Amino acid sequence: MSAKLDAQGTLRGFKRMAPVSLFVVAFGLAFGVAAIQHGLSSLETLLMSGLIFAGASQFAALELWGPTIPLTALVATTFAINARHLLMGASLYPWLRHLPPGQRYACLGVMSDSNWAMAVGDHQRGETNVGVLFGGGIALWTAWMLGTLLGVVFGSGISEPERFGLDVIMGCFLLAMLVGSKHKPSLALLLPWCVAGGAALLALYYLPPNAHVIVGALAGGLTGLLTPQTSPQKEA
Amino acid sequence: MPLTTTTALLAILIMALTTFTTRIGGAIIMSRIPIGPKVERFINAMAGSVLVAVIVPLAAQGDWGARFALLATLVAMLIVRKPLIAITAGVATAALWRLV
Repeated sequence: MSAKLDAQGTLRGFKRMAPVSLFVVAFGLAFGVAAIQHGLSSLETLLMSGLIFAGASQFAALELWGPTIPLTALVATTFAINARHLLMGASLYPWLRHLPPGQRYACLGVMSDSNWAMAVGDHQRGETNVGVLFGGGIALWTAWMLGTLLGVVFGSGISEPERFGLDVIMGCFLLAMLVGSKHKPSLALLLPWCVAGGAALLALYYLPPNAHVIVGALAGGLTGLLTPQTSPQKEA
Repeated sequence: MPLTTTTALLAILIMALTTFTTRIGGAIIMSRIPIGPKVERFINAMAGSVLVAVIVPLAAQGDWGARFALLATLVAMLIVRKPLIAITAGVATAALWRLV
């Protein structure tokens, strides 16, 4: 078993990810509109998409954005939402360890849910070219940036976003991500999620502002740790 | 930290570094010690819990337009399992609710 990264494989990966990327443009547009409505400048919105490139955490950051920036809550939220990357990266390590470190971390730098899923499939089929991870990542990033740019352009032109329901995009997006499109909602996770929701509500009313996300995440995580898994499952 | 252009850019930069760390962190940890099932259960449960912790207060503090929007998204997601359709349904619900 080995692995290699070359221009041809990267281009093939880019093309294979192109259909999915069309949907990513739409999500990017939703983020661009939401960010402008939450008071971010065009430059800040584009930088966020370009440098962070992780939709759910970017939407969640908007919720914390205000006259003051709660840096601790922001970092903790970003880390907690993106902690799944740790598992995704770990699962690809047996494949990527054959690459030179520079190429390995370049691939992981553009790892997102869709190209990771395709990469896992390629690896299981015995494919040695990791182009789908790198090229696919570049396709997703380009689409995310393009969508954000469109959203920034449109978002600045809308004066009363509530009238069109645009203020709920973020909540609806996060909820759709939570339910997930690939797996059946796992019943084993319902208990941690309920605990997380309850803890977040309590923190919202009784703890300092912005503590609710961290409190909910930790409460849910600990519940998941303590609940014995009934059926073994692999998901990211 | 008060919001200025500088602090906003700093916050975005720190978020970017945090996210990059999660992307490369798994491989780095694996090259030393494998991630055990307990850690995996914690991370799996925590990932969704963050989203719950953000969404629940939105419903609690939002108007009925926002609540019905979330409900419409949930129902659409469970039926068609297509995020774009579900989000569109949610936004349309909020817009319609506020129209009447």
